[in-house]
Amino acid sequence: MLLNQFLILAAILFGIGMYGVLVRRNGVLVLMSVELMLNAVNLNLIAFSARLQETSGQVFSLFVITIAAAEVGVGLAIILLLFRNFRSPDLDEVHQMKG
Amino acid sequence: MVAQNVAFGILALAMVLAAIGVVRTHNVVHAALYLVVVLAGAAAQYILLAAEFVAWVQVLIYIGAVVILFLFGIMLTRAPMGDLEGLDNRQRLPAVVATLALIGTLTALIVDAFATQEIVLEAPTPTADIATQVFKVYVVPFEAVSILLLAALVGAIVLARRD
Repeated sequence: MLLNQFLILAAILFGIGMYGVLVRRNGVLVLMSVELMLNAVNLNLIAFSARLQETSGQVFSLFVITIAAAEVGVGLAIILLLFRNFRSPDLDEVHQMKG
Repeated sequence: MVAQNVAFGILALAMVLAAIGVVRTHNVVHAALYLVVVLAGAAAQYILLAAEFVAWVQVLIYIGAVVILFLFGIMLTRAPMGDLEGLDNRQRLPAVVATLALIGTLTALIVDAFATQEIVLEAPTPTADIATQVFKVYVVPFEAVSILLLAALVGAIVLARRD
């Protein structure tokens, strides 16, 4: 297996995740797209860990997974709060700080 | 070697299609289910790369916990179930251009930098090696991450609590 094929797959997944973050209005869907991007990063870490025969890459991907779980917890709490205040999960409603 | 490449191809195709499903579907619940396919595909890729511990952590934490959390989020924000227009904003065209530019640039860079480097796999990484790394070399970051997780959970409860 080439190292490239994993890196390119990760790049494509990262790009798709970025498209979701840019385009989606529903906060839960934006968080899902962020998860796609984090997964792409994890795939890179594991691919390099296999290429270099080095376990630190796997340890770092475990850290990324942990932080992703924390991020989803806090993110969903914030979206719930937004939903309670604006009666809709759309992030476009939140524009008080826009000039 | 050939079998591994075929497996990679099938998994990669499924993952990319499901990822496009996550960002394109008009149904919020379907997006969560497509996300399960992407995450399971990633776990299978980790097994292909002989990182079995990370693969199982991926299955347990992502598919087991994070997706359930997403489904709770969908339920609590009362997203309508059926097909739904208006899940996307009006930035589709600029977003497609930016995405293609990003993927193109990254691919060109990767091909240029790592042209023919092969991954040669020996035995699967023993979980004991990862444990040694975590509790020897990375013990301080590990404790920091534990505190962060605790703080995030307390923060989530404080934010979501009705008072």
